[in-house]
Amino acid sequence: MAEKIKFELVSPAKLLVSAAVDMVVVPGSEGDFGAMAQHAPMITTVRPGVIDIHDGGKIGNRIFVAGGFAEVNEERVTVLAEEAIPVADITADMASARLQEAREAIADAKTDAEKAVAAQRLLIATALEAATH
Amino acid sequence: MPSLKDLRLRIVSVKSTRKITSAMKMVAASKLRRAQSAAEAARPFAERMERMLGTLAGSLAGQAGAPAMLAGTGKSDVHLIVMVTADRGLCGGFNSSIVRDVRRFTAELIREGKTVKIMPVGRKGREQIKRDFGSNLIEGFEGLGRKGITFPEADMVASKITSMFENGEFDVCTVVYNRFQSAIAQVVTRQQLIPFAVTAGEDKSGELKATYEFEPNEEEILATLVPRNLAIQIFRSTLESQASEQGARMTAMDNATRNAGDMINGLTIKYNRSRQAQITKELIEIISGAEAL
Repeated sequence: MAEKIKFELVSPAKLLVSAAVDMVVVPGSEGDFGAMAQHAPMITTVRPGVIDIHDGGKIGNRIFVAGGFAEVNEERVTVLAEEAIPVADITADMASARLQEAREAIADAKTDAEKAVAAQRLLIATALEAATH
Repeated sequence: MPSLKDLRLRIVSVKSTRKITSAMKMVAASKLRRAQSAAEAARPFAERMERMLGTLAGSLAGQAGAPAMLAGTGKSDVHLIVMVTADRGLCGGFNSSIVRDVRRFTAELIREGKTVKIMPVGRKGREQIKRDFGSNLIEGFEGLGRKGITFPEADMVASKITSMFENGEFDVCTVVYNRFQSAIAQVVTRQQLIPFAVTAGEDKSGELKATYEFEPNEEEILATLVPRNLAIQIFRSTLESQASEQGARMTAMDNATRNAGDMINGLTIKYNRSRQAQITKELIEIISGAEAL
């Protein structure tokens, strides 16, 4: 591989990943995209899903993010995630517990605002569940 | 003249006080280390968020339709002051310096004929400001971050501010907190959150923003990014405040421990002197008694 792209994943609590890699596949809100070096600059929102870090011809690391923003330019990809968990650390129990909680939250929601929050939680939980497979 | 027994008791009580203050100092020191690293760990996110916001705001500049949270409502009649203090005392001037600044700020704004609302984050600040500006107080938050503040907690504060703003309850929002400088120095900081002052957007020249693509589009990203940014700023200020609190407590407890030590020394000298005096007195009594025979 020729050039590498600098990938940074930050959550509010800390800088999770900062490395030069071949390619990252980010779940953008308008579809997944792979970012390599010399990618056209863009800013997008990120939907809940899994970021795949490709390095040395294989997927090196997979990280679940619960939405956020991504900024891409020629030399770096920055993902600002609200929550990020390495896929290896996710257990099926954890995912189903969250799914359960989110479903209850939807059932309990009364106002529109609460419903929107609960729907978002369900979306995240569903994506988390999918990430375990 | 206190009796020997009184002195002994005083010494024992001051010694146990010293034990407590020095233990509190140790606890504060270890918490400080954790709080400080948390504050530092949160910095990259805030910085990158600001950079992104700068790029976005730059590309939106000159266009109508920027969210009100970024551009302001165009008025400045109602001010919201978010006052970040600690839940607990015994940390020197930490809480009072915040309260003093808020008090001055509020008085200033009222003199200019503005309406002021104060949202206290932390119990101590609320208690102290109640006396002077009780009628300006609105519901705040307490007991945040017992075990170090987490982002969801900060998000809760931010979403309350957002919903207040959307209901038109205030025009300008300022947060007052202690910025952590070092374990012995905290700086009272006022930071305006709404309308948010973007500084990073200026120096990024045209070539950058011209080439950026936005998905779905600028407005939509901005509409989600701006409230996020508010949460981040709140998160950052509470983290800074917590680190400062532990620093302030450590210093205060260090002083208290030292003062207790001085007091013990003084009391011990006094105790020994009066003991000596008593022995001398008894000896004189015995000798003069023997001489009389």
